[in-house]
Amino acid sequence: MRAKELRKEAKMNKLQIVLSGIIKNNPTFVLVLGMCPTLGTTTSAINGMGMGVATMAVLIMSNLVISLIKNFIPDKVRIPAFIVVIASFVTIIQMLMQAYLPSLYASLGVFIPLIVVNCIILGRAEAFASKNGALDSILDGVGIGIGFTLSLTAIGAVREVLGSGAIFGYSLGISDYMPLVFVLAPGAFLVLGYLMVLFNKLAKK
Amino acid sequence: MKSTLFNMVAVLFTITLIASAGVGAVNMITEEPIAAAKAAATTAAVANVLPEFEQNQMAEQEIDGLPIKVYTATNGGEVVGYAVETMTKSGFGGAIRMMVGFLPEGKIYNVNVLEQAETPGLGTKMCDEGNALISSIKDKDATSLEFKVKKDGGELDALTAATISSRAYYDAVARAKEAYLVASGKQQWADGVSGATTTETNEGEGAQEGGKDE
Repeated sequence: MRAKELRKEAKMNKLQIVLSGIIKNNPTFVLVLGMCPTLGTTTSAINGMGMGVATMAVLIMSNLVISLIKNFIPDKVRIPAFIVVIASFVTIIQMLMQAYLPSLYASLGVFIPLIVVNCIILGRAEAFASKNGALDSILDGVGIGIGFTLSLTAIGAVREVLGSGAIFGYSLGISDYMPLVFVLAPGAFLVLGYLMVLFNKLAKK
Repeated sequence: MKSTLFNMVAVLFTITLIASAGVGAVNMITEEPIAAAKAAATTAAVANVLPEFEQNQMAEQEIDGLPIKVYTATNGGEVVGYAVETMTKSGFGGAIRMMVGFLPEGKIYNVNVLEQAETPGLGTKMCDEGNALISSIKDKDATSLEFKVKKDGGELDALTAATISSRAYYDAVARAKEAYLVASGKQQWADGVSGATTTETNEGEGAQEGGKDE
């Protein structure tokens, strides 16, 4: 009886880890991490989504490996150790994609090297994977990854609609009347700011 | 884990060793597929801007310090066109790489933008089918065209609100024309900027064309 309850509770916790990455610890709107790729790559919905998915893949892998080797790493050199792990995964994913999925690489290739400098990955390695077990770390990677992907897709979609009158590359036929500034860098800050306000307002309820 | 000099050195050494071994192994496995994928992409890009052909051979030359590749496409020994992989550095978002296809007599057959980082919704229209840039040079004789937009006193259309991107586009096409002139052996009456590096190519092409005439 007691054991069953405990198991049920553990299951809830697993789900919570994933959900917290999407809402309570949303990397873009709540943690405000990884702003450089966020502002730079969200010129369209598909670009934002591509960056999000590529980041998620690296994040899950690096979280898993770091949670497995955390007990062997001396505290003082943990950051360089994490960075070596992350950079290796990014390089491996880039090469595999280039070799076996050239069409996907053609559209996402430019974002992949940027992932190394994305502080979300190092942040999760430091804040979560180095303190938790392998399964929980994978789930954290999934949750944060989904949260990041959804946020970037949302920012990209808003900028694409407002700036170039299209969504996911499909023109809405109103492109001549839209303010271009939303596609340029200043629009990125505006959209990010307003979406952040909206997200936190809704998440608090 | 508590840090001592020994375990810090040992752990970092081990991690970097494993990581570099892993990256090296993946590199060995993927080297060939990557080369094959790149070659396939180039062939597809060449095929996109030229009429049907059986074989193509590549020659490289340098114009204004930029590497320009010329693919000569042949069909049963007869030259059917030249695909020039050209580039410019003066795009609004940096470099633009394009493939321009010329028919043997100098007509522009098709243009395809391979890589660009222009402003979405403005400069990126250069990639669309039938945009103002491509339709003002397609099927025209490149040797008699002056690659200038109307704003600069030329005759070619520009993209709305993207004059810089349009200038860059024509800049790259003009460079492709230079390369085409050299490759097709018409360079005698163009100013020889980089003749030395391309002499061999010229002879090769000349021989091929000679064969065709006979």
